[in-house]
Amino acid sequence: MIDVKNINKSFNGKRILHDVSIGFKQGEINLVIGASGSGKSVLTKCIVGLHEVDSGSVEYDGRDFTQMNFKERKSIRKEIGMLFQGSALFDSLTVEENVKFPLEMYTKNSKEENLDRVNFCLKRVDLLNVNHLYPAELSGGMQKRVGIARAIALNPKYLFCDEPNSGLDPRTGIVIDNLIQEITKEYNITTIAVTHDMNSVMETGENISFIHQGKKWWDGNKEDILKTDNEELNEFVYSSKIMQKFRNI
Amino acid sequence: MLSIFHHIGKYFLLLGRVFKSPDNFKLIRKQIIHEMMSLGIGSLGLIAIISMFMGAVVTLQTASNLNNPLLPAYLIGYATRESFILEMAPTVMSLILAGKIGSNIASEIGTMRITEQIDALEIMGINSASYLIFPKIVAALVFIPIIVIYSMFLGAFGGFIVSMYSSGMTIESYVTGLRYDFRAFSIVYAMIKTVFFAFVITSIPSYHGYYTRGGALEIGKSSTKSVVYTSIVILIINYILTQLLLL
Ligand SMILES: Nc1ncnc2c1ncn2[C@@H]1O[C@H](COP(=O)(O)OP(=O)(O)O)[C@@H](O)[C@H]1O
Ligand SMILES: [Mg+2]
Repeated sequence: MIDVKNINKSFNGKRILHDVSIGFKQGEINLVIGASGSGKSVLTKCIVGLHEVDSGSVEYDGRDFTQMNFKERKSIRKEIGMLFQGSALFDSLTVEENVKFPLEMYTKNSKEENLDRVNFCLKRVDLLNVNHLYPAELSGGMQKRVGIARAIALNPKYLFCDEPNSGLDPRTGIVIDNLIQEITKEYNITTIAVTHDMNSVMETGENISFIHQGKKWWDGNKEDILKTDNEELNEFVYSSKIMQKFRNI
Repeated sequence: MLSIFHHIGKYFLLLGRVFKSPDNFKLIRKQIIHEMMSLGIGSLGLIAIISMFMGAVVTLQTASNLNNPLLPAYLIGYATRESFILEMAPTVMSLILAGKIGSNIASEIGTMRITEQIDALEIMGINSASYLIFPKIVAALVFIPIIVIYSMFLGAFGGFIVSMYSSGMTIESYVTGLRYDFRAFSIVYAMIKTVFFAFVITSIPSYHGYYTRGGALEIGKSSTKSVVYTSIVILIINYILTQLLLL
């Protein structure tokens, strides 16, 4: 469970996040949705500490992350996995080395134990026989899978996914969404997924927060979202023809 | 003007993070070896070709300017040696490496920045500045002095080949010149310069790469900028150190 309380963030005097407070629940996919440029990525990066917040707090199961120094944060960082928008695999390393990377950094496991764990994670995301390929040799969907495998290598308690299905065709996107959902349930992870894709929302949305111009505008679940009378949210949800049709029936 | 001070300040802050105690020695050692291979070995061919041709040309030019019978022929070998030890090998080769290694480093780290690979390192609690930049600096501090010495030998060798095939020069006089009035301090001076240059050649492009923002276009820009600034800083340091050490 992660509690974000009243965080504010500006860049060069431009306010990006305004007093955002959200509770993210364990064992669920917590979605953060909003238009491009609304501040979703900045919000995630503030939560994981890639950006420092100007004010407010972020609590990981009661531990206030914003007040910690680099060393103290490390203990929480070990419990965080993150899937980046562009996968962010290390392109000088093979698939196997990518997934092994956090293990070598943090565990004192033997080579064999690490390799077992790598193969387990790769199998979990349905990737077989790609251990020795480089990221550039994989399709976008496969890169995301490797990204997920790397993110879960250390058995994280918290999983962050920034636009997990951006750049993928709708079907592969849904496969990735479902994979994240399964993993979340299986290991009882607090998962936060950022998206602007309504497909994901309908597929996996349990606890949804809508960000509009850097403010938390609305929250609810995927049933509520279709019936809301919030004007900005409606505009976001029913922006595509297919959703408009869906509303009219 | 203000922005120059801003960059210099930011550069030294970054260096502060680079030299914070590294997280995992085993991984860092692996990186250092990897960097030595890719930065060092990868430059040997280019440096060999350039050094031999420059050694040959310097020898020919000196010979053509020294065709006064009153001047001893061994001065040709002597001039080649001195120009290589003092300037060609340390400074000119460093400028060439600034182009080759510098642009490589800036675009590699810049790509890692814009594709969020640096964020991925940070999220794992790794000091990305230290993990990425420290091994490059160490590798350069070890390898570039070796490259410079290698260039000195190849420069002299280029001149040697020319002396074999040119009229008005003999191998004997060239070799006598190479050995004439040799002072070990010249090598010390060259190595001191080289160590400074090696630091600059890796740290300035790392800085430009590390703070790249935007997309592919910006990677190209940081790479160009890093070569320009590295070259300027090399020339300035060269001037200052020469003033301090030789006079
Ligand atoms: N490091 C940064 N420096 C300055 N501005 C930034 C930075 N990162 C993001 N922004 C700005 O913050 C706003 C929100 O960006 P972002 O969170 O990436 O949007 P999205 O919701 O599409 O993920 C954008 O206007 C962007 O330009
Ligand atoms: Mg984003």
